[in-house]
Amino acid sequence: MFFYILKRLAVLVPTFFGITLLTFSLIRMIPGDPIEVMMGERSVDPVMHAAALKQLGLDQPLPVQYFHYLGQLLHGDLGASLKTQNPVWTEFKILFPATLELAVMALLFALVVGVVAGVTAAVKRGSFLDHGVMTLALTGYSMPIFWWGLMLIMLFSSGLGWTPVSGRIDLMFDIPPDTGFMLIDAWRAQRADPSLNAGALWDAAKHLILPTIVLGTIPLAVIARMTRSSMLEVLREDYVRTARAKGLSPTRVVFIHTLRNALIPVLTVIGLQVGTLMGGAVLTETIFSWPGIGKWLIDAIGRRDYPVVQSGILLVATLVIVTNFVVDILYGVANPRIRHNK
Amino acid sequence: MKNLSKLALALSLSAAALVSHAAGTMVYCSEASPEGFDTAQYTGGQTFDAAGMALFNRLVEFERGTTKVVPALAESYDTAPDGLTYTFHLRKGVKFHTTEFFTPSRNFNADDVVFTFMRMFDKTNPFAKAYPAQYPYAGDTGLDSNVASVRKTDENTVVFLLKKPDPDLLAKIAMPVFSILSAEHADKLLAAGTPALINQQPVGTGPYILKRYQKDSQIRYAGNKQYWNPKDVKLDNLIFAITTDGAVRAQKIKAGECQAMSYPKPQDLASLKADPKLKVISAPGFNIGYLSYNTEKPTTGKLEVRQALDMAINRKAIIDAVYQGQGQEASNPFPSSLWSYNPALKNPPMDIEKAKALLKKAGYPDGFEITLWSMPVQRPYNPNAKLMAEMIQADWAKIGVKAKIVSYEWGEYLKRMKAGEHDAGLVGWSGDYASPDNFLGVLLTCEAVGGSNYSRYCSKEFDGLVLKARNSLDPKERTTLYMKAQEVFKRDMPWSTIAHSTVSLPMAKGVDGLKISPFAVFDFAGVSNK
Repeated sequence: MFFYILKRLAVLVPTFFGITLLTFSLIRMIPGDPIEVMMGERSVDPVMHAAALKQLGLDQPLPVQYFHYLGQLLHGDLGASLKTQNPVWTEFKILFPATLELAVMALLFALVVGVVAGVTAAVKRGSFLDHGVMTLALTGYSMPIFWWGLMLIMLFSSGLGWTPVSGRIDLMFDIPPDTGFMLIDAWRAQRADPSLNAGALWDAAKHLILPTIVLGTIPLAVIARMTRSSMLEVLREDYVRTARAKGLSPTRVVFIHTLRNALIPVLTVIGLQVGTLMGGAVLTETIFSWPGIGKWLIDAIGRRDYPVVQSGILLVATLVIVTNFVVDILYGVANPRIRHNK
Repeated sequence: MKNLSKLALALSLSAAALVSHAAGTMVYCSEASPEGFDTAQYTGGQTFDAAGMALFNRLVEFERGTTKVVPALAESYDTAPDGLTYTFHLRKGVKFHTTEFFTPSRNFNADDVVFTFMRMFDKTNPFAKAYPAQYPYAGDTGLDSNVASVRKTDENTVVFLLKKPDPDLLAKIAMPVFSILSAEHADKLLAAGTPALINQQPVGTGPYILKRYQKDSQIRYAGNKQYWNPKDVKLDNLIFAITTDGAVRAQKIKAGECQAMSYPKPQDLASLKADPKLKVISAPGFNIGYLSYNTEKPTTGKLEVRQALDMAINRKAIIDAVYQGQGQEASNPFPSSLWSYNPALKNPPMDIEKAKALLKKAGYPDGFEITLWSMPVQRPYNPNAKLMAEMIQADWAKIGVKAKIVSYEWGEYLKRMKAGEHDAGLVGWSGDYASPDNFLGVLLTCEAVGGSNYSRYCSKEFDGLVLKARNSLDPKERTTLYMKAQEVFKRDMPWSTIAHSTVSLPMAKGVDGLKISPFAVFDFAGVSNK
């Protein structure tokens, strides 16, 4: 197991360097520099342009800029935004809890609903229920996030008035962002001043409903389909037939004997879904005015804020890599055949 | 000349009157996070709304909803006959904001004005040296090179000395970028070695005080109970709910989650107007959407060709389809709300046969191929450039001109247009301050070729008129010169003027006092919400 972990760790080092090189190069391949983008239709005075690029250190040759960036990274410095001049890490710390809160809720939603749907479809294979669940899963997977989000807003928020349109909480509540996790902050504020902030926690929860559904839809579809096929495979195993022959209850056969083994491949899929969630967060955060890192990165790309783009993506990529690393390890723990596979 | 402020009356009110008139809270759905709180460094409207207008004042300001310059932190000003010296007499008793991070020990005075301008204009200024930053509008308006000095003559008097006359000086310094900062706060930051905090810890004299900013989420303000013009503070709390998508902003205002919203999409206007809880006010935008012809290209370099192409465009259809009726046909290079607009100029009527005849005269009886550049972004002056380009393409096909639509990423698009790669390209302009020079000088003079003069139009006659008007101190003479310049423009036709968009501002019926600014800024001074 120790060597297995070491082997996985060794792969991470070149991956990180690859990401730094890729993000550094890609953002610079996009036409326009931060000054030109800021000036828009206005004339850009060449003298002012050159002075500004020099001030930002963008007048240096690209390899020099890249190695300077790497040097900064090795000293734990992610750089500062060209626009706000705030350290990238400071901005990330402020915005990341919003994304994490949303991503965790979306993953939980996808996991619970996806596994239940997948198991139901597998057990009732070939039935109307099976076809219905799988059709819905395919539809969910194919749904454009932006359209899906707006449709839900128009139906549940504007039409029925059941859920708020966007944001993390009703702005009439003045909740200090102590932890950045709105559910926690709202709960604390509610406890601290029940007269002023009564109902803040419930309001924060209501704001999470639609974004959670929108962001969780694609992972839900993937998990449901994966659970179904994995369940069907395991249900055909001899030991399941033996369990049934021994007269165990169908519930026990499905949930104890089959599902536990069927969930192993699902675990890997969950790891991969972290990447999907981060990608989906970009759109979901835009639709629901959710102040997270997805929206932050999109804005930074738009204004060519190089340090935010390269370090922000590095941080997100690190998150995805580390999650997948942990999933790999868990997978190894759950399935000895994997860790012994040379 | 001495202008006394009508607003000086407010100062005569007793201190007892400086109580809060504020009542209630208002949530405004804004379109983006501010780039920072030091407005001088930025060009984005969202920054001007969140910082410049809410937190600060200028020496002079635009009267709300108009392009007229009125006194603000300067009660009055004198201009020397040679136009080189402006003396500002400052308002007394104006207090800077008291915040969690700063408590002022003195009132606003001349030191604050000198600091505000000299850190932009003088690279040796200690603050500028400690915190080097770019000030795009200081350069764009020419103030950084033309202002020789900003000098304090006494506690409440400041003198601007110019190198050459600038009749637009007042209109320029009324822009939100020239908001007056606290020199005392800046000194404190400098002494603490943290000058960059000036961009995050704003200290102004404006109608609202910053309580908290949560990036990409919300900005919370409290009404300034010590504001020098107390009748302008009618809200206890003002909240900006940052909501980037226009469709979502429309849903939020319908659901009552905000009481005003910026930039509705043309397609959402009908449902917003139909909502019984809302009212929508509209005004002509201070902008122009146009088709720029590259006058250095063999085809579009010929006047007859430009005239023919212009005559083939169905502007009415474009305004109906692209602007969804929310625009006015443009015949001049700037909107009619700006002084010196020449009402005599009209677009030639659409006439396909005459256009074909003009092409024949130009040596193109069978038409030709042309590139038609289409902006990849939605702008206030052009909500759907792709559709506009397709409509123009279809119009031109009728006279035998085959247009190939070209588009690039926005930054690249502008760069290539500035380099003159296009034959014809859609672009536009939103006015920064109320002077014809901000349109004619910036977009059409020889000095702007390679910059915002995408047509690369360079006419001695036109330049002579505009540059003479720029240096004239006689308003009547300037008006005559600019009107004549518009005639030359229309005769030479470097552009097909398309439309001035209509700006709409939806708000809850209980909101009072909110006006549409010609400069597309949102000012909540004097606004109330029942």
